[in-house]
Amino acid sequence: MKDNVVLQMKGISKSFPGVRALQKVDFSLNKGEIHALMGENGAGKSTLIKVLTGVYSKDEGTIEIAGKGEVSIHSPQDAQNLGISTVYQEITLCPNLTVAENMFIGRTQGAFTNWKIMNIEADKLLKKLDIPASATMQLSSCSIAVQQMVAIARAIDMDCKVLILDEPTSSLDDQEVQKLFGLMRDLKQMGVGIIFVTHFLDQVYEVCDKITVLRDGKLVGEYEIKDLPRVQLVAKMLGKEMDDLSDIKGEHKAYEGKNAGEIVFEAKDLQSNAGIKPFDFFIKKGEINGFTGLLGSGRSECVRAIFGADTILGGTVKMHGKKVNIKRPLDAMKNGIAYLPEDRKLDGIVGDLSVRENIILALQVLNGFFKPFSRAKADEFAQEYIKKLNIKTASADTPVKSLSGGNQQKVILARWLLMHPDYLILDEPTRGIDVGTKVDIQKLVLQLAEEGMSVTFISSETDEMLRTCSRLVVMRDRKVVGELLGNDLTQNKIMSTIAGDGDSEIKQEADLKAI
Amino acid sequence: MKKKVLATIIASVMALGLMACGSSAQAAKNTTDSGSDGLIKVGIINNDPNESGYRTANDADLKAKFTEANGYDASFAYSLKNDEQIQYAQNFIQDDVDYLLLSAADTAGWDSVLQDAKTAGVKVILFDRTIDADSSLYEASIVSDMAKEGQTAVDWLAGQGLSEYNVIHIQGVMGSAAQQGRSGALDTKVAAESNWNIVKQQTAEWNAEKAQQIVQSVIDAGTSFNVIYAENDDMAKGAVAALDAAGISHGVGKDVIVMGFDCNKWALEELLAQNWNYDGQCNPFQASYIDDIIKTLESGGTLSQKTIIMDEKGFDATTITQEDVDNYGI
Amino acid sequence: MNDNKFKKLMSNQLFIPVIALVVLALINLINDPSFFKVTLGTNNAGNPVLSGYLITILDYGSELGILAIGMTLVTAASGGQDISVGATIAIAGSAMLRVLCGGNSRPETIQAPIIVAFLVACLVGMLCGAFNGLLVSIFKIQPMIATLILFTAGRSIAAWINNNELPIVPDPKFSYFGGFIPGIPIPTTVFIVAICIVIIALVLKFTNLGLYTQAVGINENSSRLNGINPTFIKFLSFVILGLCVAVAALIKVSRLSTINYSVIAKDIEMDAILAVALGGNALSGGKFNIWASILGAYVIQFLTTTLYKFNVQSDALAAYKAVVVIVLVIFSAPKVREYMKDARKKIIKVQKEAA
Repeated sequence: MKDNVVLQMKGISKSFPGVRALQKVDFSLNKGEIHALMGENGAGKSTLIKVLTGVYSKDEGTIEIAGKGEVSIHSPQDAQNLGISTVYQEITLCPNLTVAENMFIGRTQGAFTNWKIMNIEADKLLKKLDIPASATMQLSSCSIAVQQMVAIARAIDMDCKVLILDEPTSSLDDQEVQKLFGLMRDLKQMGVGIIFVTHFLDQVYEVCDKITVLRDGKLVGEYEIKDLPRVQLVAKMLGKEMDDLSDIKGEHKAYEGKNAGEIVFEAKDLQSNAGIKPFDFFIKKGEINGFTGLLGSGRSECVRAIFGADTILGGTVKMHGKKVNIKRPLDAMKNGIAYLPEDRKLDGIVGDLSVRENIILALQVLNGFFKPFSRAKADEFAQEYIKKLNIKTASADTPVKSLSGGNQQKVILARWLLMHPDYLILDEPTRGIDVGTKVDIQKLVLQLAEEGMSVTFISSETDEMLRTCSRLVVMRDRKVVGELLGNDLTQNKIMSTIAGDGDSEIKQEADLKAI
Repeated sequence: MKKKVLATIIASVMALGLMACGSSAQAAKNTTDSGSDGLIKVGIINNDPNESGYRTANDADLKAKFTEANGYDASFAYSLKNDEQIQYAQNFIQDDVDYLLLSAADTAGWDSVLQDAKTAGVKVILFDRTIDADSSLYEASIVSDMAKEGQTAVDWLAGQGLSEYNVIHIQGVMGSAAQQGRSGALDTKVAAESNWNIVKQQTAEWNAEKAQQIVQSVIDAGTSFNVIYAENDDMAKGAVAALDAAGISHGVGKDVIVMGFDCNKWALEELLAQNWNYDGQCNPFQASYIDDIIKTLESGGTLSQKTIIMDEKGFDATTITQEDVDNYGI
Repeated sequence: MNDNKFKKLMSNQLFIPVIALVVLALINLINDPSFFKVTLGTNNAGNPVLSGYLITILDYGSELGILAIGMTLVTAASGGQDISVGATIAIAGSAMLRVLCGGNSRPETIQAPIIVAFLVACLVGMLCGAFNGLLVSIFKIQPMIATLILFTAGRSIAAWINNNELPIVPDPKFSYFGGFIPGIPIPTTVFIVAICIVIIALVLKFTNLGLYTQAVGINENSSRLNGINPTFIKFLSFVILGLCVAVAALIKVSRLSTINYSVIAKDIEMDAILAVALGGNALSGGKFNIWASILGAYVIQFLTTTLYKFNVQSDALAAYKAVVVIVLVIFSAPKVREYMKDARKKIIKVQKEAA
């Protein structure tokens, strides 16, 4: 083991019944290094992390830790004792305790705790790490980002040498991500080795020093960040040389069938109770448009208002030029509007139900309470879309929650496509899913539009929207502030519109996010 | 989620306790203000009249006796909980009642409040239930002798002259005074006589449905029996329902002797129809006894005895009359 | 052993109640084979009746079986339980008697046709359910807390309906529902349960009640965004339970042709919840299997009858049921399941090595 190496994993293998999740994977982490672990869903990232943290026991291979030699890790407790700490995407702290309590819970010695000292210690550490929280605040009153930082602070205070950040940024907005990155850089200075797992490529290039790529449970390679351009990384993850991703739009023609140019949906002064300003909006047949803006600018709230997901306060809505009344989701569905919600777990899947039931759900509801589909019919629908969208599931009977994130998303997509909507709203359909599926979904959207479906597409990744949308509605502070089309559809133009004239602070923010 | 469920359960149990405290704690006042018009002011603390037919009859009897027409200004308070009853007693003492009539939920814990009553010059009369307190603390106690009720019933049964007694013994809530008294006599007899057997001894907790299941279980097992000794009428009724379903005859001159307690009107009617054989009385009509005592005390007289045991009858199906049903049925 | 088949069997929801049933049957078979004897006799009205422990179980398990239907739906939709069913049985039963006896505790003849009384009881049961449902679905009160209200007040309301009198129904026809119809030797309750099962089976087959209820129980947000009205589905589940309560009340009141407000259907709510749990249904809601719950109800009655046979004091029954709950909870705990899986694997391995 070299001097500055803190962690060395060699020849790690792990099998599950029917799957070889890891095959002789090597991984090493240096002191003061931020090391990205990349791969599609199912490539073996999570398994490797779980082996390292003692959640799974490895079948083969060795793990060495600086100063400890070869170690065996059988439980998360073991890992913690060896200085390996993990911060997960979902906060695993107790929201109803204070920040200090969360930092010290389970680590106090003896039956008595000196809360005063504990609070002082906690404040010291928070200050040192520049975390905007105080020891006595209740954790739930902090933002998600701060909560995540507290989790990291807890890990640091436990004298950790290896910090694993598993998708820490997916529920953070850009400013919060920046704060987190700041903290990560501080920790790097302090000599902590950080393993960073994320789906956001731009974030990888922003903070990481090294990348290890896994594919199908095998090691593809370890690269210095400067040696691996983005396209190369994607290619390595997918295992094939990619033609430029941004070209997919060119493969598809605009819809030219009958009623081309007809306005399918139109809203005037639409307003919901979710705190957005009244807005006007329309979409034409076969058009793909999108809402863009910073997280929290009201993009999701707008489409929720269109679908009747929030309480509608006012405005008029027309479908195919005819005035309609949409007060709740069922009204929207009856009018041929489908909505894939932003939060897959919370609003999308019905976890314990089977893939089949999840696929037929919306059409079934539309069909009516007293007209259930026969089992054969339901199976037919399910099989059709499992095949069409290439959903990877053991069978239609499998509970949807046991599928990977990308496949869950496809199931929900299938649910809405089965309804054959005139107008499909996709809110962050590609969040948290692997690159391959992302491209699949983008291609599908373009194809649907070519066939005449109108689609509204929302994504945090601007390049994705540029690749698919022909018109973008720009939002700022819960208000529509502009509309871009044609030659204006560029990163810079979007950012300047988001930033607004003379609004330099936001502009800087947007520049930071430049992709 | 699990935590939530647990929390809910705990919360429910706690809320349940609170509500149970609150629900039966209604104190009713018949008259708001009096005393100056020569009425005798009495405070009556009783158990919840919904508890049983016996208690309903008991409460109705008291309410009928302690009226203004009879020279009383009566206030009623009900609870099945001892501590609440003690609270009511203190309220009545502060309210300056002349007499405190008490049917205690529990035997213990009454000393200090009765001492207070004595100091305040409030005379205490216990009815229906005794308490563990010095007898100087109350004027009189009017009670049923449950053991005697049981003895009367067992004596009657012995008098039937069966060659063998195979008894299904259905008990009330274990540990209650009525259960102990009524079980005691039978247990003693069974232990003493070789031709008396208990086929099944089970508590049905005063519950007809449970009694029905218990008897059904004996029938299903194919065990033979010729006496049902149920410690109240409801349970006897449940037992009879099981007999009826199984085609086992019961009543006067039939295969199985049916015995009950409490003398509900409908039960006495069963006796009159000779479907049942015996019903033991548990006299709820204590008001006239109390009335007599108060009259005696008010006129300056003394009581010949402190504990007054009420007359209680046992009715035989062969001798019961419609008059008995009307007079003694509750 | 076929690994896959075993796995499938284990994951089947009917697995737990069937195993429990088999265990109970075996205990009785070893102890006394005559437990399973069914004989044809005549009752005191001179009609043929079947009797025996099995008939007793079928008969006395009926109320629980019917309640299990509604309780399963409530549990699935709301993720909570209705603890007021015992008290609402008292209310519905009391209302039925009030109609039959016309407010007179000892009428000569019944004052209204039985069917009218039953329909009134259904209405009252459904109203009680609607009350609970309203609190749960609209006011978002935890089901156990919401139903605590009727749990506490229900028996007093029942007593109030009949002015605290205990009416006795004079018509022997009324006792047919909880007993036997002349000429038919099978307890009427068995037919009533069968009818209920057929009805709920038809409802589940010809409507989307099952899908909607499960979807709402698993993910309320998602259900709403798919056009389902979760508030209404929860409300509906309580109303259906109310209907089940009314049917159970008919049987209960008919058994003795009278009512005792304080003890009728006492503690039946806990048995009904236990039936749902025994059926392998998650008490936190979501996926459900009504047939497993109904089977669970009969397992509980089987247990009760067995305990009576073994002369266990009836006030100790609750303790035995508690043991069942403990065993159930332990066996459904993920840790134990994992352990059992591991143990099974090891056994298979050893078997393979031996071969």
